Amino acid sequence: MSTTEKQGLLNPEGRAFKLGSVGADWIDQRTSMSSVVKNFARKVFPDHWSFMFGEVALYSFVVLLISGTFLTMFFVPSMDEVTYEGIYEPLYGLEMSRAYASTLDLSFEVKGGLLFRQMHHWAALLFMVAIFVHMFRVFFTGAFRKPRELNWLVGFSLMILGMVAGFSGYSLPDDVLSGNGLRIADGLMKSIPLVGTYMSMLLFGGEFPGTDIIPRLFTIHILLVPAAIMGLIAIHLVMLVVHKHAHYPGPGATDRNVVGYPLFPVYTAKAGGFFFIVFGLIALVSATVSINSVWAYGPYDPSPVSAGSQPDWYMLFTDGGLRLIPGWEFTIFGYVISLNMLIPMVFYGLFLAALALWPFLEQWVTGDDREHHVLDLPYNAPVRTAFGVAWITEYILLVLGATNDLVAIAFHISINDLTWLYRIGFFVAPVVAFIVTKRICLAIQRHKRDLVLHGVETAKVVRMENGEMLEIHEPLNEYERWTLVQHDTFRPLKEGNGVSGLRAKASSFFFKDQIDPVTPRELRAALEHGGHERHKIEALTGPYRELEP
Amino acid sequence: MKALAQHRHHPLAFLAILLMALLATGGLFVALSPKDASAQSASQADIDAGRDLFVANCATCHGMKGEGRIDGEGNTSGPSLIGVGAASVDFQVGTGRMPMQESGPQAHRKPAQFNDEQTKQLSAYVASLGPGPEIPSADAVDPAKGDPAKGGEIFRINCAMCHNASGSGGALTRGKFAPPLLDVEPTHVYEAMETGPQNMPVFNDNNLTPEDKRDVIAYLNKLDENGSPGGYSLGSLGPVTEGLFAWTVFLALILGCAYWLGAKAK
Amino acid sequence: MTHNDLSHNHDGTQPHRGVSAVVAKEDGGFVNPGLPPHEYRQSDLDPKAERRAEKMVAGMFILSIIGTAIFIASYFLFTPMGYNLLAESKTLQAVKWSNLFTGIGLAVAMFFIGAAAVHWAKTLMPDHEVTEERHIYSRTNPVREEASGIIVDGLDESGVARRPLIVASMVGALAVLPIAVLFPISTLGPLPGNKLHHTFWAKAKKEPLRIVRDHDNTPIKASDVTVGSIFHVMPDGLTHENNEHDFLEQRAKAAAVLVRIDPADAKNQESLSNGYEGILAFSKICTHVGCPVALYEQQTHHMLCPCHQSTFDVTDGAKVIFGPAHRPLPQLPIEVDDEGYLVATDDFPEPIGPSFWNLHKDK
Repeated sequence: MSTTEKQGLLNPEGRAFKLGSVGADWIDQRTSMSSVVKNFARKVFPDHWSFMFGEVALYSFVVLLISGTFLTMFFVPSMDEVTYEGIYEPLYGLEMSRAYASTLDLSFEVKGGLLFRQMHHWAALLFMVAIFVHMFRVFFTGAFRKPRELNWLVGFSLMILGMVAGFSGYSLPDDVLSGNGLRIADGLMKSIPLVGTYMSMLLFGGEFPGTDIIPRLFTIHILLVPAAIMGLIAIHLVMLVVHKHAHYPGPGATDRNVVGYPLFPVYTAKAGGFFFIVFGLIALVSATVSINSVWAYGPYDPSPVSAGSQPDWYMLFTDGGLRLIPGWEFTIFGYVISLNMLIPMVFYGLFLAALALWPFLEQWVTGDDREHHVLDLPYNAPVRTAFGVAWITEYILLVLGATNDLVAIAFHISINDLTWLYRIGFFVAPVVAFIVTKRICLAIQRHKRDLVLHGVETAKVVRMENGEMLEIHEPLNEYERWTLVQHDTFRPLKEGNGVSGLRAKASSFFFKDQIDPVTPRELRAALEHGGHERHKIEALTGPYRELEP
Repeated sequence: MKALAQHRHHPLAFLAILLMALLATGGLFVALSPKDASAQSASQADIDAGRDLFVANCATCHGMKGEGRIDGEGNTSGPSLIGVGAASVDFQVGTGRMPMQESGPQAHRKPAQFNDEQTKQLSAYVASLGPGPEIPSADAVDPAKGDPAKGGEIFRINCAMCHNASGSGGALTRGKFAPPLLDVEPTHVYEAMETGPQNMPVFNDNNLTPEDKRDVIAYLNKLDENGSPGGYSLGSLGPVTEGLFAWTVFLALILGCAYWLGAKAK
Repeated sequence: MTHNDLSHNHDGTQPHRGVSAVVAKEDGGFVNPGLPPHEYRQSDLDPKAERRAEKMVAGMFILSIIGTAIFIASYFLFTPMGYNLLAESKTLQAVKWSNLFTGIGLAVAMFFIGAAAVHWAKTLMPDHEVTEERHIYSRTNPVREEASGIIVDGLDESGVARRPLIVASMVGALAVLPIAVLFPISTLGPLPGNKLHHTFWAKAKKEPLRIVRDHDNTPIKASDVTVGSIFHVMPDGLTHENNEHDFLEQRAKAAAVLVRIDPADAKNQESLSNGYEGILAFSKICTHVGCPVALYEQQTHHMLCPCHQSTFDVTDGAKVIFGPAHRPLPQLPIEVDDEGYLVATDDFPEPIGPSFWNLHKDK
């Protein structure tokens, strides 16, 4: 289009445009904005659906801030007793904390209040879902490798902070369900030798439940944790810009470039648009699906409990271990060591630490300190992928453990049998998952090798003079081939030369079944062999397309 | 005073006191025990028809006269029904739990096998075997006459731990469970509290008064009437189904949009 | 553009830790073919398709305006407390319609702005892939050398290396300072003392304390408690009025249940002797992590905790028969008073609820 055809607001000859440039000039003289625009506007971002989940988490967080701010206008974080006199008849006239009463009021009596409360809660669940999906996208593609190890730890911390934010918020309405959750947290804290009872007294400002915990959790929930999350998000994003986004292997993509679309205008429209999409979907779900009906649980009182008492999904795994552990406890010199609480807690710590420290473990095993910007295809790193799947399997098993009562009813199984099944599964399932995943990865690698060497089956079958049936294979073009042959070749480290025996063993565990990518020589050999066949095929079907060199 | 003191030492005094105590206890028992109203009001014809139904459908497990049966291995095939009362029969048969289809940890609710008339006859027959709780009157189970707020408090303390705060049920040990409550007839709710079917504890009138029971019914009725103001309730099972929804439907919606965004336009 | 020499780092050096499991590829591996030829979109080639895409984007923006209108209208037409087209005001149905319409309006308003922007970017903005070079962080970097020079000079100027006295005292000061943090923390709550070792039932040590129904604070006759029933109970006098400052704290520890078993079924005679004619009172708080254990199966006499499935056998002194709890539920010793009402005669014999380290130490 030539300039003369341009119409409307953004016509460079038009008044609006001139006004805009005057304004931009005014700002630039005071801020040097133009250098920011110059540096950032054409930054390139690769495009792939699996790269969007970090954004989903970020946008959910924005929705959490907006809806949360709305809720603070009406929620009263106080445990003073009041008599409920709102429109919810089954609680009319009951004594309850002001926190619970104000939650009922903002849900039922404030226009749009229930919507904002449900959006806040659904956005919280989505925030954690998105963090998990994003984290495992990063894990399975090896995006945590140098130079992104620190950003992996920042992301991991965000996941933990998300759990703290969720748990503290879940407790604020002061209902029977969340109150029992707090009581469990209190019980766990008390079990810590020496300091446990002191910690409990300090947190609750006295005995459980006291009158301090809701105001204190409120400060944690709306100030400390969100501030920490925002700070870490800032670091996460700055590091993202510094590193530039990693990209999937493909023709043109290397460790020294980034292939994609510029931030302005394409990515501004896409990423900015995606914020509105995520916001819209959260609003849609909140309009149509109920979440955390606190009025049904009743105001907190230590005597009642509801069947199906569970935390939100991202805390379920912590409940699972508590259900599966046998009743182990012993007394030494008159002091009690409650293994039925300490073992699960220590396990969760190690379980999470294993994930956080994986990048460093992997680097120790491979000795690979190159910068990586081209991602791994998960099947090209069979041990890593198998470990990731085993970790997820253990996680799911703990989550299932925490839902054993609901599963027992849904499938008419004895809850005791189910608990035993999970207890055994806790040890067996991750190992099976590891072995099966690794085998599947190796099988895919072999299949991809075949594809490179022998091409794609065309379903065209020819009959030779001697009666032999042959299927014609179409070789891959160089672009398709590149994606399948670009990955690295590894050999296990040998002991000695500064390599410890343990490290050599770990390296062997990683790489002993390694399947190497096809080399040019192998491909030539395969083509020559195939060429021999093709000669025969050509005799029957006519000349064949010449291979690209 | 002296005469009385002397009297007390008379050998017969002990007997007299014992007799008086017995009479008083008996009188108190008669006064306090539930009136055998349905047995009295039921006609002999009902009882006879009930007996025929009982012999044909129930006697295999509960014995020809409702005395209960123990099988060859010493297990109870059916408990004695003497004294369980009409309420128990009306609950078990009216909700289809009896006759039991197969032996298992617990009898399941299913479409009733007998019509109202037959259920009434069976109840009358079993009530005639020995005094027990009667079927509550329509007034006793009228939700409109109860206080839902008080009922809610009673429900949370006495019922929610098994039946869930939203009345959606919960698991017990070894395959047993507390069933959902929201689509249960008020009469059956009342009878269940009164008679404690299977592993459910008995909430007799000395524990929860008839008014308390009616308040609970009013509360359940209110829950049902209010529905789920936030939208689809996901079975009112709490955070687990909410999490499942987030990981399935919600994630699929997000994933679909992300995929559309990342795909190249044609 | 291509990099085939995988035995080396990008800057040509060997891995600096000396060893690496990465090996060079035989004959250098394949050559990266570079970006494949660009494929044009319909909207690039066909003006009609371009026009269609433009209309589609504009249509979606207009849909968003309709969504905003629905959102605003719902604040007038579907309110919970005032006017509501579809339900009586101040009912949960009114709340439901308010939630639905505000939510749908907001969803449409937001979603279609996003969808329009994305569709615009996908179909009408340039879709030529762009390549940007990365900045590789080399170890031999002049900026880095300059930076480390600044640090070295600065340290030298500060004289850290020459003044060990200052360094030692500084380390000491910084090490001692964190101890101060403990004191503000200590103001957050009282010390545990003997609080966890006693409950409201301790009043029964002086004179028998009546056991009352949890939901209405009425006393219970022994004859009320029939075999198969369960009573959720509290101590008499534990009311909001009498315990304004620690009502919930006391309830959290005092909650108990009463059940009656046939004495012939009892497996634990000591437990039976602490009851009254087969009526037994146990703490309702689980000895695992403290949920109320209240799921009583009247035929099996098992009590189940709904949180983690600890199962207690009340015929055997509430011993744990399944699940994560270890200690039996503490049993409250009971009797009947002159009027036939059940009373407690002492506190629980040991602390209720979750175990803690000095549980068995007398306080």
